[in-house]
Amino acid sequence: MGAKYFGAAVRRREDPRFLRGEGRYLDDVKVAGLLHAAFLRAPYAHAAIRAIRTERARSAPGVVAVFTFADLETWMKPLPLFGAPPPGLAAAIAFEIRQAPQFALCRDRARYVGEIVAMVVADSRARAEDAAEAIEVDWEPLPVATDMRQAAEAGAPLVHEAWGTNVGVAFTHAIGNVEAAFAGADVVMSETFHIQRYVGMPLESRGAVAVWDRRDGALTTWNSTQVSHFVQQGLASALGLPHHKVRVIAPDLGGGFGTKASGYPEDHLVPIAAIVLGRPVKWVEDRREHMMSAAHARHQIHAISLAARRDGTILGLRDRIWLDLGAYNVWGIVLPYNTVAHLIGPHRIRNMRVDVQAVTTHKTPNAPYRGAGRPETVFAMDRAVDRLARELKIDPAEIRRRNYIRADELPYDFGMPYRDGNPLVYDSGDFPAALEAALKAADYDEFRRGQAALRARGVYRGIGISGYVEGTAIGPFEGATVKVDLGGRVLVATGAVNSGQGHETSFAQVCADALGVPLEHVTVVGGDTAGVPFGVGTFASRSGVTAGNSIADACHQVRAKLVKAAAALLEAAPGDVDIEDGQAFVRGVPASAVPLARVVQASIPTFAKPGVASPDFEATAYHHVPTVTFASAVHVAQVEVDVGTGHVTLLRYVVAHDCGKVINPLIVDGQVHGGVAQGVGGALYEEMVYDEQGQLLTGSLMDYLVPTAMELPPLETVHLEFPSPRNPLGMKGLGEGGAISPPAAIANAIEDALQPFGVDITATPVSPARLLALIRETA
Amino acid sequence: MTPRLIRLTVNGRAYTRSVEPRTTLVDFLRDDLDLTGTHVGCEHGVCGACTVLLDGQPVRSCLLFAIQLDGAVVTTVEGLADGERLHPIQEAFREHHGLQCGFCTPGLLLTAKAFLEEHPAPSDGEIREAIAGNLCRCTGYHFIVDAIRAAAGGVRR
Repeated sequence: MGAKYFGAAVRRREDPRFLRGEGRYLDDVKVAGLLHAAFLRAPYAHAAIRAIRTERARSAPGVVAVFTFADLETWMKPLPLFGAPPPGLAAAIAFEIRQAPQFALCRDRARYVGEIVAMVVADSRARAEDAAEAIEVDWEPLPVATDMRQAAEAGAPLVHEAWGTNVGVAFTHAIGNVEAAFAGADVVMSETFHIQRYVGMPLESRGAVAVWDRRDGALTTWNSTQVSHFVQQGLASALGLPHHKVRVIAPDLGGGFGTKASGYPEDHLVPIAAIVLGRPVKWVEDRREHMMSAAHARHQIHAISLAARRDGTILGLRDRIWLDLGAYNVWGIVLPYNTVAHLIGPHRIRNMRVDVQAVTTHKTPNAPYRGAGRPETVFAMDRAVDRLARELKIDPAEIRRRNYIRADELPYDFGMPYRDGNPLVYDSGDFPAALEAALKAADYDEFRRGQAALRARGVYRGIGISGYVEGTAIGPFEGATVKVDLGGRVLVATGAVNSGQGHETSFAQVCADALGVPLEHVTVVGGDTAGVPFGVGTFASRSGVTAGNSIADACHQVRAKLVKAAAALLEAAPGDVDIEDGQAFVRGVPASAVPLARVVQASIPTFAKPGVASPDFEATAYHHVPTVTFASAVHVAQVEVDVGTGHVTLLRYVVAHDCGKVINPLIVDGQVHGGVAQGVGGALYEEMVYDEQGQLLTGSLMDYLVPTAMELPPLETVHLEFPSPRNPLGMKGLGEGGAISPPAAIANAIEDALQPFGVDITATPVSPARLLALIRETA
Repeated sequence: MTPRLIRLTVNGRAYTRSVEPRTTLVDFLRDDLDLTGTHVGCEHGVCGACTVLLDGQPVRSCLLFAIQLDGAVVTTVEGLADGERLHPIQEAFREHHGLQCGFCTPGLLLTAKAFLEEHPAPSDGEIREAIAGNLCRCTGYHFIVDAIRAAAGGVRR
């Protein structure tokens, strides 16, 4: 088996249909007799429902049904919760965890603006929306908790009264001897950093279509989800249906970024309406709904202290961390522990203590988004390292040289578990090499030499560095089925959903090499639960590694079956038979070559005789990964600050990264670019803003600013390749990395640019208004 | 409200349809003409995913009502390729990996088409300005700029 396709910049096979406008996204799914759903959502962050009057809505033109909690009480099951600590983690750390399930419709109170109060189903979307406006609700507004630190204190208005507190997750964790490290330090640097609430904002919003087949008692639902098997499990359990009677299909996704990896009330409400009414039902979220009800993300506060020697060697780290969960603690330890597991990053720090509180507030629930705790924690750490460097008058590049873990120290064992409960041990990489590569590509030394002269002319340019080490490709597995049909063509089905990453191309590359067939002979289908029995989904930078290795495993099994059958057909020993380019042949005898179609056909029994082998050319694999594998990168940003307006221009942006073995370098570059763009948004522009009453002030893309082509510079990428020893393909995860470091690198660059002013950047986004205020404060 | 009759040409084909006055152009294209290549991203004129060409000029089809289009000539993404042969701009997007999820792509292709007709040899700065009204959440725009530059037949400047 050669590597004909693995590693090649193959043009994407999904592109022609997207370019022709022939993608099939959720809203493009049309079914005969379709009804349309619209939702009435809570206008208050916290309010009791005293009465709901739906008569006017029910008699509005075109309306088929109106559903409140009371109307659907027997269907209302708690929505799924995630994030219980796995055994290895629970054994190491005592977590305090409180989770309260959300119901798909508000029962008697709303806990955030946008929570669903009622569902209207009508013959058109416009009429469903009209009728939703005709529903009258008697609300009794209740006190709200919106500030995460205040909400954590006793006496704050409670989101879930039964808890007696708003703290959803609390834990303390320590390694080494942090007290001794701080006691023996020459210098201690302390600062509090704020990371705002910002979100994935896929350009395609969420949506669902559900078709109930009464004869078969079977549900088919298209859902713009990254996790179709999770949606299937949730529905099977909530609806009391066998799993095989619930088919969830993720069509083409217009982006996901984690936003579509959560479970949502609408996942259940649309199918329930289809079952109750016996008619197909569709709902497509509009942008306003997306802003208020699709999962929010980030939003942490870090009160961090570094203890160091005068030469910049970091001896110890203390961090008190708050995380704003929003109204429901859906994800348990996932975000808070991700934050802790990635805090130290590439630095050699053996003494750490963290105190973590994840707090519920009356806001939209928080869920993992591209990076999932890592951008926040890296912001705190890399800002603190820069601040330490400034205090010690050491160059930011030099302080990192002194603290980065060397390649010869790998595998590097933290002496603590990763989020999956397995030991946190960096497997491969070279962080100092990434640092030097990024500095060189960004012309760091040259920049420094010119910086003072520019300043003298009133041009404020700065350069900033940030590095991360990212646990990627969390397990435990992904499912993949590979089958060869009568024509010798190959179908790959996997639980990994393609949300724009090019799975139809990269997974076909893996399959074509592993099976020995031309790329054109392979079809890849992701995210259809009918395609593979068990699956996990696309999130956590996991699909390339987990699905890729499962596809390779399944292909090896199918290949062995094909070799055995071909050997019988060619009257040769299986050990002498090989498969290449879709042909089976006896090694050294090119004339013996037969197409795989012939091998399959010869295996099918006929009236005259049995086949040469069983025509079973199918295999399903669930490759188990032992734990995550660690990707890493160093980002360098160059900025210019207009001190008159506070406007920041990104001049250059360099990424030196390692994601192990690469299937398709074109796709890798694209993933890095896209991640960086979202990180730039977090650094400078994007923020979900609430007022103190819990009203969302950023309800449109005119208020929530996503970077355009004008805000982004050309992106420069340096590839380092350190294969992971933790999977046969040597791969590491890639999807999220780009988004991790930009907030830290850009904030570091801004502070560097403004050194003459002594501006302290402690919060993102660094908007012109905020930056101008900081400049004026210090001027 | 009473539906009104409109006549318009979309991708060279003449249509006569009865539309509700409140139906937006994008809903009309997608639901009445089944041209689902034009995508709804924000419905408030910011994201550019619904961009189509109206008499050759890019417009936001979410901000127009279909009844305003009586007599108009509209080009959507479905009108770009010449049968099996992709338009050179489509080819360039494919060659330069100028798309990932593909949701913003139709709007960007049409914006780029109108732009390149008026600016056959644009600078990178001009390209970025031209597409600043089309949000892409996947690519970071780098390869989109490459693709449009290549479609113009130009070199980086």
